[in-house]
Amino acid sequence: MDGFLFHAFVYLCAAVVAVPIAKRLGLGSVLGYLIAGIVIGPVLHIVGGAETEELQHFAELGVVLMLFLVGLELQPRVLWQMRARLLGLGGLQVLATLAALGALAWIAGLDWRTALAVGLILSLSSTAIVLQTLSEKGLMRTEGGRAGFSVLLFQDIAVIPMLALIPLLALPVLAAPDAGADAIQAVAGASQADAGASHGAEQAHAQMSLVADLSGWSYALVVLGAVAAVVLGGHFLTRPLFRLIAASRLREIFTAAALLLVLGIAFLMTLVDLSPALGTFLAGVVLADSEFRHELESDIEPFKGLLLGLFFITVGAGIDFGVLLQHMLLVLVLTGGLMAVKGALLFGLARLFRLPIADTWLFTLSLAQAGEFGFVLLSFSLQNGVVAPELAKLLSLVVALSMLLTPILFIAYERFVLPKLSGEGADRPADDIDEQGAVVIAGIGRFGQIINRMLIAAGVPTVVLDHEAGVVERMRRIGIRSYFGDASRPDLLRAAGIDSAAVFVVAIDDRDRAVQMVEYARRAHPSLRIVARAYDVDHYYLLQKAGADVVVRELFDASLRTGAAAFEALGMHPFKAEKLLRAFRRHDEETVAQLCGLWDENVEMAKNHALLERVRARTESEQRIMTADRSQLHDRTERGWTPPPKGYAEKLDDGGA
Amino acid sequence: MPSREAGATAPISMTPIERESQARQGGAHRVLVLLAHPSPDRSEVNGPMAAAARRIDGVTLVDLYAEYPAFDIDIDREQARLQAHDIICFLHPLYWYSTPAILKEWQDLVLEYGFAYGVGGSALLGKLFFSALSAGGPEAAYRARGYNHFTIRELLQPLEQTAMLCGMTYLPPFALYGARTAVEEGRLAGHVADWTRLLEALRNGTLDIERALGLPRLNQDLDMLIRPTAAASAAGRR
Repeated sequence: MDGFLFHAFVYLCAAVVAVPIAKRLGLGSVLGYLIAGIVIGPVLHIVGGAETEELQHFAELGVVLMLFLVGLELQPRVLWQMRARLLGLGGLQVLATLAALGALAWIAGLDWRTALAVGLILSLSSTAIVLQTLSEKGLMRTEGGRAGFSVLLFQDIAVIPMLALIPLLALPVLAAPDAGADAIQAVAGASQADAGASHGAEQAHAQMSLVADLSGWSYALVVLGAVAAVVLGGHFLTRPLFRLIAASRLREIFTAAALLLVLGIAFLMTLVDLSPALGTFLAGVVLADSEFRHELESDIEPFKGLLLGLFFITVGAGIDFGVLLQHMLLVLVLTGGLMAVKGALLFGLARLFRLPIADTWLFTLSLAQAGEFGFVLLSFSLQNGVVAPELAKLLSLVVALSMLLTPILFIAYERFVLPKLSGEGADRPADDIDEQGAVVIAGIGRFGQIINRMLIAAGVPTVVLDHEAGVVERMRRIGIRSYFGDASRPDLLRAAGIDSAAVFVVAIDDRDRAVQMVEYARRAHPSLRIVARAYDVDHYYLLQKAGADVVVRELFDASLRTGAAAFEALGMHPFKAEKLLRAFRRHDEETVAQLCGLWDENVEMAKNHALLERVRARTESEQRIMTADRSQLHDRTERGWTPPPKGYAEKLDDGGA
Repeated sequence: MPSREAGATAPISMTPIERESQARQGGAHRVLVLLAHPSPDRSEVNGPMAAAARRIDGVTLVDLYAEYPAFDIDIDREQARLQAHDIICFLHPLYWYSTPAILKEWQDLVLEYGFAYGVGGSALLGKLFFSALSAGGPEAAYRARGYNHFTIRELLQPLEQTAMLCGMTYLPPFALYGARTAVEEGRLAGHVADWTRLLEALRNGTLDIERALGLPRLNQDLDMLIRPTAAASAAGRR
């Protein structure tokens, strides 16, 4: 217990001290964690060795949780749209890197089998570092970020055949099982990352596997069965289950169920030798449409954050300074060479896939490292006698160092690449916005398009921004002045003339991004009028709090119209339908204004009892105004154009002066 | 701010001096100007008048078309406004010998049975009401022999009767003839100045209501209607 408390204290302390400082210095949280790990590990020797390795296996769960969250953000439709990139870009990246690095290793004198394994190990990138940094910097929605994500996803899938391939590459010299076992002990720190719960490698394989003794086709069947179980179970079983648990109003049980779901799938995947990260990602995609999406997100998020942070710390703590100092030059040259080769290939691929130049650089710099999957393959290779222990030590250092350098490359991208590109005019001139509009519109989807058309038709100059290059191109083809770019980037907003614009319309469909955008615009331009599109009431309040002057619920007006159309279809007089519509609108808007006081962004709406009570009361009063006895004088719907009571005229005397 | 009763019940039957002293005791009268112009960017007369009204303390200007672009008039809000003011004025161009549509809608909705008239309908009792309007035709058109056959005051009799049924004192309209050429003929500045004087006099209680009641329009001879403050106080001392 003491040991546990001590270690928990050390790790938390390192994180709490290092991460905020790193953030403040603009280094990003990942680098903060890595540095914290280096300080408590190789520098101060507070932690290290076996328990760090164990912790790392445990912390790899963070990657699993992260992929689940990524899946939650990604509707199946979106995933399907990504298929060309996923297979094309991802497949080419792995194959090209494998070929280039393998060839180099072979030329350097390694056995071809070892060289191939080295190629496999180093072709993978770090999902954990890249996704964390991309989302932290708000780059997930850029072209480069999406391309990077496609590649990472493909690599996740590619790990499975790689794990199958490596045992076939065994060198007779190293094949003795004892040598492998000793080697595992010999390899320090981070290189140790074996299977654990996360990456489905040798230990889990040895201990618990449903598929160890199956032939090829039956293995395939089991794998298909497991994937089908995740997809179908995720789709049909989880919703009633979560509904049941939500009804019990026990928050911690809901959290437990969410964790159970993710860990259960991860476990199932390791049983059939699949990547747990991939399985949970799939489950996330299946649940992306469900009503529990945000609940799951908010429940899993803190676990993911902590575990991922812990993972980064262990990577830092696992760096073996002894080996590093011994082979300083070699390690540095290898790391530099690795990143240069990977980067060059990535750059070529990005150009091949016609990414804009800024995104090409983002793609290149973000994926040039080796990753945590590399650790897994490395120790697996070691155990199978494909790689010699000395080489494994060296490679694990290279992998760790390249991960350490990645956040620095991101900073380089932001500080040096981006400014240069905007300064010299990138090869995509759309990013240089030459027009200054009275109205800046962010988002030119179905919603923004109508706004823009109205304004243009009335002769109001507009500047339209969208992060979807295809949409922008279509808009341009029909003569709408639109510009490509992530409108949440302050520099792009400034380029679009936000400084001189009178009105800023936020019409994007990314809810969080919209709030951030409004917050930024309000902070930077106090006198700017901001009109924002809200997804729902929750979002409405968030936008209002963020400083939007006018918030419009995206479906409210259309729904009212549809309701009135239904009244008319029932044979109601159109003006009566209109009156009911108005009464409903006013009542609803009043309630939304009232509920604002009770609303609390930190409490899920489903758990804010005061708010729910008010909502229930609102529903009742709604029924009252819609169905009340119409003869009552002060019935709200009939208020206005109410004739005076019968016989009233007899009581009127001459009231005039 | 005086209590609603103090303002609302300043009886019309009082002499001007009595009314003025009451106004002094309870503070100034509060004037509500309801602007109805459906095309404000083309307005040459009502726009400047509204702008002038906005600058006067104690005058509330409500742009009805701006506040209710879909004619969805908030009855409660409008009734509360009426209760908070002592003098009600419609400011509008003359459309087909009447107000623009939103003012008619406003009357239909806000002047409810039980509020403005009928049993329990005494909210407007004792307030002053008048209309400030711009008319297209020349003065000569608004007479029995002219092409409009009636004077503006005669044409506005529905408003006059509405005010009476609500127990309000009806003042003759503050009207500008030949409004389409007022700017070109240099008549606008004087009219806006008169309008400002009128509103200030109403607020200060220095308008001779008794004398105004029977006139065809308020701005026929404003000097005659507005008593200088010094003279009024001298009269008060006597």
